[in-house]
Amino acid sequence: MKFNENAVGRKIPETINGKSVIPFQGVGKYKPTGRKFAPNISTCADYPLDGNKLVPNLKEALIKAGIKDGMTISTHHHFRNGDLIAVEIFKIAQEMGIKDLVWYPSASFPCQEPIIEQLEDGTIHHIEGSMNGPLGRFASQGKMKGVSVLRSHGGRYQAVQDGDVAIDIAVIAAPTADPFGNANGVEGPSACGLLGFALADSQYADKVIVVTDNLIDFPCIPWQIHGNYVDYVVQMGQIGIPEKIVSGTTQITKSPDRLLIAEMTAQFCDEAGLIKDGFSFQAGAGGTALSIGVFFGEIMRKKGIKARFARGGSNKYLVDMLEEGLVEYILDGQTFDLDGVRSMRDNPRHVNTSPFTSYNYHGKGNFAGILDIVILGATEVDVNFNTNVVTHSDGYLLHGIGGWQNCLFGKNVILPIPLFRDRIPVIRGEVTTICGPGELIDIIVTERGIAINPLRKDLIDKMKNSKLPIKTIHELKEEAERICGKPKAVEFEEKIIAAIKWVDGTVIDVVKQVKE
Amino acid sequence: MAKTTTAGNKGKSIRSDCFVTLEITKSGGINIDLQSKVKTLFGDSIIDLCKKELEFFGIKNCKIKIEDSGALDYILAARIEAAIKMCIKIDKEFLLEMLPQNKYKTKKDSYRRSRLYLPGNTPKLALNAGIHKPDGIILDLEDSVAPAKKFEATILVRNALRSVDFYGAERMVRINQVPKGLDDLEYIVPHNVNLILVPKCESAEQIKQVNERINNIIKKRKIENPIYLMPIIESALGVLKAYEIATAAENVVALAIGLEDYTADLGTQRTKEGKETFFARSQIVNAATAAEIQPIDSVFSDVSDMEGLKQNVLESKSLGFDGMGCIHPRQIKVIHENFAPNEKEIDKAKNIVNAFHVATEKGLGVVSLGSKMIDPPVVKRAQKTIEQAIEVGILDENWREKHQKIN
Repeated sequence: MKFNENAVGRKIPETINGKSVIPFQGVGKYKPTGRKFAPNISTCADYPLDGNKLVPNLKEALIKAGIKDGMTISTHHHFRNGDLIAVEIFKIAQEMGIKDLVWYPSASFPCQEPIIEQLEDGTIHHIEGSMNGPLGRFASQGKMKGVSVLRSHGGRYQAVQDGDVAIDIAVIAAPTADPFGNANGVEGPSACGLLGFALADSQYADKVIVVTDNLIDFPCIPWQIHGNYVDYVVQMGQIGIPEKIVSGTTQITKSPDRLLIAEMTAQFCDEAGLIKDGFSFQAGAGGTALSIGVFFGEIMRKKGIKARFARGGSNKYLVDMLEEGLVEYILDGQTFDLDGVRSMRDNPRHVNTSPFTSYNYHGKGNFAGILDIVILGATEVDVNFNTNVVTHSDGYLLHGIGGWQNCLFGKNVILPIPLFRDRIPVIRGEVTTICGPGELIDIIVTERGIAINPLRKDLIDKMKNSKLPIKTIHELKEEAERICGKPKAVEFEEKIIAAIKWVDGTVIDVVKQVKE
Repeated sequence: MAKTTTAGNKGKSIRSDCFVTLEITKSGGINIDLQSKVKTLFGDSIIDLCKKELEFFGIKNCKIKIEDSGALDYILAARIEAAIKMCIKIDKEFLLEMLPQNKYKTKKDSYRRSRLYLPGNTPKLALNAGIHKPDGIILDLEDSVAPAKKFEATILVRNALRSVDFYGAERMVRINQVPKGLDDLEYIVPHNVNLILVPKCESAEQIKQVNERINNIIKKRKIENPIYLMPIIESALGVLKAYEIATAAENVVALAIGLEDYTADLGTQRTKEGKETFFARSQIVNAATAAEIQPIDSVFSDVSDMEGLKQNVLESKSLGFDGMGCIHPRQIKVIHENFAPNEKEIDKAKNIVNAFHVATEKGLGVVSLGSKMIDPPVVKRAQKTIEQAIEVGILDENWREKHQKIN
């Protein structure tokens, strides 16, 4: 196979899964032209005039949708680790003897581990979507038939609009729906808040199936998913496990080290003048990110200021800030707990968003870039600030990209991370996999020091007299290695098991099979 | 059958540690079975270290299994050494290079507002303790170490004193109760411990025994940095002997009280109001002050109650204590902030210190403020207040320039 070096120095094969790919060309460089992909024309006359699109079960709906070998089937991940639908779809496909499907989830979770059976017997050819835990491990061992393709939430929308991924059948698990196919996530036993990750699927898939365990009479309001896009509606006994849908990482960390990192991050933002009246921030769902939100709240109270908006994942802590008036709006991409669901349902200032509004590369702008402060995680960062979020230092693919790449376009991107985890340094000479180019990452906050990207001369200048431990990224790397020792370089097999897409659809890196 | 020994910890919640199982055999060479979550990155270096250590102790044939959860070299080395020494009697010590930044000494009157207790046999807590900036870090060999783990803990604590960066915190070890605790001294005195906590202290004699052993080791190993003692009073008898203990030796720099054991000794319950311990706390403050050393309060054990801790600190301070123990890093900041002088105290101290400077500049022998004469101990205390206020960042270093302009 022929390889081409991309703009961050990684060697990218000319084709992946038999399709030619474009190597990453630099931030904002790749601009495809022409017209967007469009779904087939549909006609009202083909649908029941009384609006009743109910079919008896999922299998029948899949058959009606024309499921066959080689199709691409999509699902959303608003049910997180409580999803029951994805596994069900591929069990049905397996029983029908269908082969070589492509699964296009907006993210995968450990609850979908049973799908390994269909990956092993060839029902599924490969996965295009985030790879979490067991599925990532399976892929890392070189066991998947095809090469998995990882995209950001925005990149998933872009891939659909570019026609890079043509969804044949979208199965949308909906906490509440009516027989016409209108659906939302705010009501019902499996309430998950919103259904934004399924928006592109509903608009662009050839066939759309809505599956619900809370069927109500028309109209289902709010209709976060419009029934006008929907072909079939299926009523089932249970589509998700409520306590796992709203679990997530919604507790403030108790770890003193992480709290220290969170406190340092908040202090940094304050001293750098980023916390000011009308500012905006994005708060993640991890324990450290949650605590940073709480520290932001303390600073805002002390200063008597408020934030114009916060970008969620929403949860109790963010909702509390909204209700206290510290935050004027929550622009929510996914809801992590019941407080989030309640707030989204009842509070008009808690707004349902989708990757289209927040992250889409082919929109006429998106609001990731408006954010003042963005807090993100990482498995590794290199001395050029290039960052990895998908593989661990031992080479295993264990995480998805999520909205991470999209959020890098925020004004101040901060990674609060420990200097090392279990003896493994987080700041490296070179990262195992590049998911984000260093030019977009501004600040690394570790418990032993804060590194500012040399490109951010303004921040370096502002923090000149700070009492916070400002160090260079090289100093941090050396400090980590002094404590942990220098890790050995990891060896890989030749086989490529995953491609990492940049937000524009180009390939920023590939992941190889681990040597076991 | 050959004897098998084990050292260290394993299990789901264990991190930064390892569990070593060793069997010394008659033949068959060295057999190392390494299971490690960091094997890809550090497997070779762990095996090298293990081989080097076995060779150092002259072991040519053995089966050794290392179940590693990300232990650093000094932890691995301590666990292997402990397993070996439980198998064979050998005096040699396998010492890794001492970190150059760990060779500092502390002063008799160094700040001892917060001292953070760390269980001596739980390595994961020690690595990051210093970054939370306590005044002292205590590697504990006493109550937090299970009886069966006492031996391996002494070796781990010795290695930690050499290899863990304390980031400037006073390097403390709590030994076991005398006389058992005297044997702990061999493992810590040669490795630049700054201060030793002597638990359940009830007599000056115990302090003398500790010092006798320390002095033997100092002579033998040519140690230069001072080693201070902080006896902990934890019984009714101890409370009555407080002054005797406080004045037992020159290197006793602080006197602490341990209220959990003290209330148990009284047969009463420790309450938040603390009426039952009022006498003991006052006695400690009085004895320490009379002996011109620091009185130090007990720990506050509800780590989630920061407001309760704050009240506790304020009361401690009002009773006359200079510091207290802590069992969680998040307590440190609350302790420092609330032991710090308040605005009124700072204002008073500013006036006194300023008057002192004015008197010195004018060459006057007597410091006076208005019509009042100020005694030297009052000046000294005011200077300390100012120093403390500057240290916690509530007073500017150049406060006098501003002060003189106003007054």
